[in-house]
Amino acid sequence: MPHNILVVGELDGGTPSSTTLELLNGAQGLAGGGSVSVSLLGTGASAAAAQAAGASKAFVSDDANYDTFRGEQWLPAVQAAVEQSGADLVLMGQTTVGRELGPRLAFRLNTAVAMDCVAVTDNGGTIEATRPAYGGNAQATYTFATTPAVATVRAKSFDPATGGGAAETVELPAAGESRVNVTGKEVTESAGLAITEAPIVVGGGRGLGAPEAFEDLKNLAAAIGTDKAAVGASRAAVDLGWFPPSEQIGLTGKVVTPDLYIAVAISGASQHMAGCSGSKMIVAVNRDKDANIFAFSKYGIVGDWKQVVPALIEEFKKG
Amino acid sequence: MHIVVCAKQIPDPETPPAAFKIDAATNKVVPAQGIAPVLSQFDGIAAEAALRIKEAGGDGKVTVISMGGESAQAAIKQVLAMGADEGVLLNDPAFEDGDSHTTAKVLAAAIKELGDVDAVFCGRQAADWDMGQVGLLIAENLGWPVTIIAKGVALEGNALKVERVLADGFEKTEVNLPAVVTVSNEFGEPRYPKLPQIMAAAKKTVTKKTAADLGLDPSEVGKAGARLQLQKLFIPEKGAQVEFIEGETPQEQAANLVAKLKADKAI
Ligand SMILES: Cc1cc2nc3c(=O)[nH]c(=O)nc-3n(C[C@H](O)[C@H](O)[C@H](O)COP(=O)(O)OP(=O)(O)OC[C@H]3O[C@@H](n4cnc5c(N)ncnc54)[C@H](O)[C@@H]3O)c2cc1C
Ligand SMILES: Nc1ncnc2c1ncn2[C@@H]1O[C@H](COP(=O)(O)O)[C@@H](O)[C@H]1O
Repeated sequence: MPHNILVVGELDGGTPSSTTLELLNGAQGLAGGGSVSVSLLGTGASAAAAQAAGASKAFVSDDANYDTFRGEQWLPAVQAAVEQSGADLVLMGQTTVGRELGPRLAFRLNTAVAMDCVAVTDNGGTIEATRPAYGGNAQATYTFATTPAVATVRAKSFDPATGGGAAETVELPAAGESRVNVTGKEVTESAGLAITEAPIVVGGGRGLGAPEAFEDLKNLAAAIGTDKAAVGASRAAVDLGWFPPSEQIGLTGKVVTPDLYIAVAISGASQHMAGCSGSKMIVAVNRDKDANIFAFSKYGIVGDWKQVVPALIEEFKKG
Repeated sequence: MHIVVCAKQIPDPETPPAAFKIDAATNKVVPAQGIAPVLSQFDGIAAEAALRIKEAGGDGKVTVISMGGESAQAAIKQVLAMGADEGVLLNDPAFEDGDSHTTAKVLAAAIKELGDVDAVFCGRQAADWDMGQVGLLIAENLGWPVTIIAKGVALEGNALKVERVLADGFEKTEVNLPAVVTVSNEFGEPRYPKLPQIMAAAKKTVTKKTAADLGLDPSEVGKAGARLQLQKLFIPEKGAQVEFIEGETPQEQAANLVAKLKADKAI
């Protein structure tokens, strides 16, 4: 059955974000002859419409007041886009935007949202959304009793769309008032490759025993290649103040999907795996052979990281 | 300053994966033997945030509200032991098996009924279903502004200053009361009540309310009112079959691992 789908897009430096392109590709797969539209808000939105691959129509406003996300400003604009596009399915990223907009938009449209989905599919015309629950121990598949169905979707759930962008653009109103004022922003500087982009991620856990150990993991990443590997951490390590929260991997941190994830002294709790189980391959170093992380790993080394990591650094340095 | 903390009781999220079971016939989690349900972690942190504001101001009041079964009294008591003043248990068979929408509707009705509430603090997400919706939906129901995933909350005059966590750092925001805030683990650890406080909590009042008490029709709450319909709850495949790397020394193990990764073209 055809679906009319609106993707709530986000801009990243004036072009559609990687998550937006993923959602557009997912939408194309689901539309089945229906339409795919995108909404884009903020500086450069109308120009970015041409890069929104797979969308036939773009709802845009170039108003710079949209550049900083404020839910109350985005809501009326996105609601108008949903209504004008006739969407029966609305997709957005599980991002700062989607986390707030999803539930509030669903409320205003008298419908429901499924948060943090890893799959959105059509089962004989009915939209089904699947999402992890219980800290990643389980997955739940939902249908919607109301329309439009709204889903926020986890990064990398679809491949990015390629090809031409929207041929038609429709103007959305400029931003209105917000009762929440944004008075400042602090960006955590992360040197080198982002963990969400790196093809290889080294994750460190509480079993490292001390913050200095992260220097060893950085050395390991450097030995693999500074253009390839980045370092992240489990929440236990972050909560201990050993590594910045912006580099936390897991349910309440970042979702990483590298080609290779090397987990060092991480037990593999479901909430951690929720952020890395989409990796193509997992390798673990842990001194406990029964650690849960090994249930997800292709290769495992049972041993003390203090011996294994320096040996790995030497080995990688050989090239 | 009257702050409501919304607190949910959930199965212990630290239940070992091997003890985590689902009953396929009912699509429900089978309670793990010998592991008691707990106060959802982020709700304890939301309570901590509310109590610090109350203590800084000197004359505030904190009410903890939970929708759930009789056992949810334990979650309420825990927040009372931390220092909250009163508890409300929203308990009715009609509330069961709802979704975020019906949960928020019931909680918002209870908050409206209290009347003099200045702020509502929720956890960023309940650590069972991990939805992260109810705080936002309470705000929509009440028509209040909301700011989510806070790592810092302070009261200044009639405004809350909230630092909210972003993907690449955090943002400083300001919002006038009344408002809703959802609190994240970056805020810090909740206090741990000591025995005298636990004893004192036993004497604090917990009021019970049903759908009828809140003027809600059974058809608009619980399973009957739910818009999101659970079709299937299942344990996903883990996939991998681990191969432990052999070697007499860590050096040998490292060499063997790197050789395998090269052979697999993983590096
Ligand atoms: C609602 C909720 C959300 C959560 N969100 C997240 C999240 O986003 N991300 C996250 O990571 N966690 C999250 N958690 C926490 C999660 O449940 C675990 O507590 C956490 O992941 C454990 O971190 P860890 O593996 O580093 O520590 P531990 O579980 O303590 O494991 C340490 C491991 O190190 C090993 N070890 C110890 N010493 C050595 C040594 N010398 N050499 C080698 N191995 C050694 C041990 O055998 C053990 O397996 C969340 C929890 C809840 C309840
Ligand atoms: N049954 C409930 N009783 C009280 N508060 C709840 C309940 N369900 C959710 N909440 C609150 O809403 C937050 C987010 O829940 P959720 O949207 O289900 O992830 C929780 O952290 C609680 O503060």
